[in-house]
Amino acid sequence: MARHTLRRDEPRRRGLGRKLVIGAPYLWLGAFFALPVLIVLKIALSYPELAQPPYGPTLDLAGGWAGFVAFLGELSFDNFAFIASDDLYVAALGSSLRIAASSTLMLLLVGYPIAYAMAKAPDGLRGILVAAVILPFWTSFLIRVYAWIGILRPEGLLNGFLVSIGVIDAPLTILNTEIAVHIGIVYTYLPFMVLPLYATLERMDDTLIEAAQDLGSTPLKAFWTITVPLSWPGIVAGSLLCFIPAVGEFVIPDLLGGSDTLMIGRILWSEFFSNRDWPLASAVAIVMLVVLVVPIVLFREAEARRMEESR
Amino acid sequence: MPVVDKSSRAIGAVRQSFAPWNDPSARPLIRFEGVTKRFSDAVAVDSVTLDVYENEFFCLLGPSGCGKSTLMRMLAGFEEPSGGRILLGGEDLAGVPPYERPVNMMFQSYALFPHMSVEKNVAFGLKQEGLPKDVIAARVAEMLKLVQMERFAARKPHQLSGGQRQRVALARALAKKPKVLLLDEPLGALDKKLREETQFELMDIQIELGTTFIMVTHDQEEAMTMADRIAVMDAGRLVQVATPGEIYEQPRNRFVADFVGDVNIVDGTVTGREPSGLWRIAAPGAAGPLAVDDPDESLDPGQAVAVAVRPEKMTVSRERPEGENAFEGEVWDIGYLGDWTVYRIRLDDGRILRVTRANTTRFVERPIDLEERVFIGFLPDAAVILSS
Repeated sequence: MARHTLRRDEPRRRGLGRKLVIGAPYLWLGAFFALPVLIVLKIALSYPELAQPPYGPTLDLAGGWAGFVAFLGELSFDNFAFIASDDLYVAALGSSLRIAASSTLMLLLVGYPIAYAMAKAPDGLRGILVAAVILPFWTSFLIRVYAWIGILRPEGLLNGFLVSIGVIDAPLTILNTEIAVHIGIVYTYLPFMVLPLYATLERMDDTLIEAAQDLGSTPLKAFWTITVPLSWPGIVAGSLLCFIPAVGEFVIPDLLGGSDTLMIGRILWSEFFSNRDWPLASAVAIVMLVVLVVPIVLFREAEARRMEESR
Repeated sequence: MPVVDKSSRAIGAVRQSFAPWNDPSARPLIRFEGVTKRFSDAVAVDSVTLDVYENEFFCLLGPSGCGKSTLMRMLAGFEEPSGGRILLGGEDLAGVPPYERPVNMMFQSYALFPHMSVEKNVAFGLKQEGLPKDVIAARVAEMLKLVQMERFAARKPHQLSGGQRQRVALARALAKKPKVLLLDEPLGALDKKLREETQFELMDIQIELGTTFIMVTHDQEEAMTMADRIAVMDAGRLVQVATPGEIYEQPRNRFVADFVGDVNIVDGTVTGREPSGLWRIAAPGAAGPLAVDDPDESLDPGQAVAVAVRPEKMTVSRERPEGENAFEGEVWDIGYLGDWTVYRIRLDDGRILRVTRANTTRFVERPIDLEERVFIGFLPDAAVILSS
């Protein structure tokens, strides 16, 4: 009898265990993603105040239902209207998207040959090459970006080298320009481009290229008609993995871009810390999030397709 | 012993109508001249000289690693020979890249382009030639009809079964009307029943199109069924190039006899030759001296040889058979295969010989059972003398 009861309980207990395991990530996402986004959204709908916290209204539960309705009534979209009306924000968002897009293109041009060479390398060498791509992560991101200041500044390593071999007479102004921002993004984001590309290229069957050549296709044409289409999921994944964080990038434009480089991440920072206008800063963050939802959805679809094909 | 008129004899029950290799005036389509391929540490192909004729269905047969695939890849242009020449229609192929050779290949893995439909796969080679669209479409339709895949034109390769993929791969390789079609283990991925059906379909297609086929396989049955001639390869060298009948009935050495089909090999010594042409061979364990009808004239008395007899050319009986050739032993195993029964018979010295019996009747009088003493017999012209 006791054994029977135990047996009957077993599936239910297992069901509870399953729910806990599956529930854990949802709990995590709820606590550290959904809730913060809701808080930011609420602040974006508030107005700034010289108080603690530096915005209003605040919800006072003592007011009951009437108090809650009054609280809702005080929220407004004024910050969003302000962002739309002020050229600065639109321009900053536009230039962020432009810089992120052109950096991503450069990353693709630099990353594809690297990933291709890695995928075609002999078996023993491949692991070492992958490790070499990941190796820079062992040093802090911030320090690596600082290092570029030393390389790019007028009296830095690059200019010193170019002057010494006589390519240029006077140092070039690279630091504090958009060029420096591009260099910084391409350098720091390269592994995010190379690894997804490598993953798709490495899985590709070399006999497909042989078959294409056998059917009369030159190696270059075989590359465009077979290799590129088959690595498309990797191209999309790598590009979005670079593009999405590059739009909101703050450290690289701040350290390498100088005061002329307008990027939405810097605007956000200055609204928050210099102006102490939390509601406006939050509104900027929400706008950025909405703009990035489109590429994020695309990214997820590309990933899903990649999974599908690797079955 | 009955006298046989040898003038009308052919070796093996094979197709007789096509034999350009016996015609001294015929010019080969493909000629390998002393072709050698060395990889960093090993010789994969060792000075192979070989002619293949137009319309021929030629097969390279051998165990894995014997160099047959390398030989074919050199013809396709994926590998360059380390020595020797490959001629196609009299022209040296050295330095001609794979995409400029009038040779197409059907890959073992089929290598269908996964991102293209069946139709696009078949059209791929034609597009590379820059043909007009309607010509391509007509040719693709013709090819899909040939392999009975018209209904699947819009499918992607992963939506097809193994047999269907094999057909698409064949259609794609044939679409450009190559002078030579190379087939790398074309039926290796199919199950047994489908493989047998497809063998005959491939033969029909080859005869219909008249394209020269060169097939690589390790499956001797497949080679025997389909090929006009077979080249048996071992360790990078050609061992024997002959029709399936000759390969089976007149193998040149132990390797060929053993690799192609089942065989019983007994060692012996030549004792002499009778006026009728029969060779006399003393074989330890035999019930008496053996008589073998072998055309080989070069044997000397006292020479050590091996006598090879196929299991189906032997008989098993309770009484000693007529004629001299007999072994006595005990029935060790009986395997009933339906169409055949295999007897494994243990001689008194411990050697085991295999004899097969075609089950031509449903009922058998007094069947031979395990542990019975029996005699194995064979006719003089059922055996082959292997001198090397």
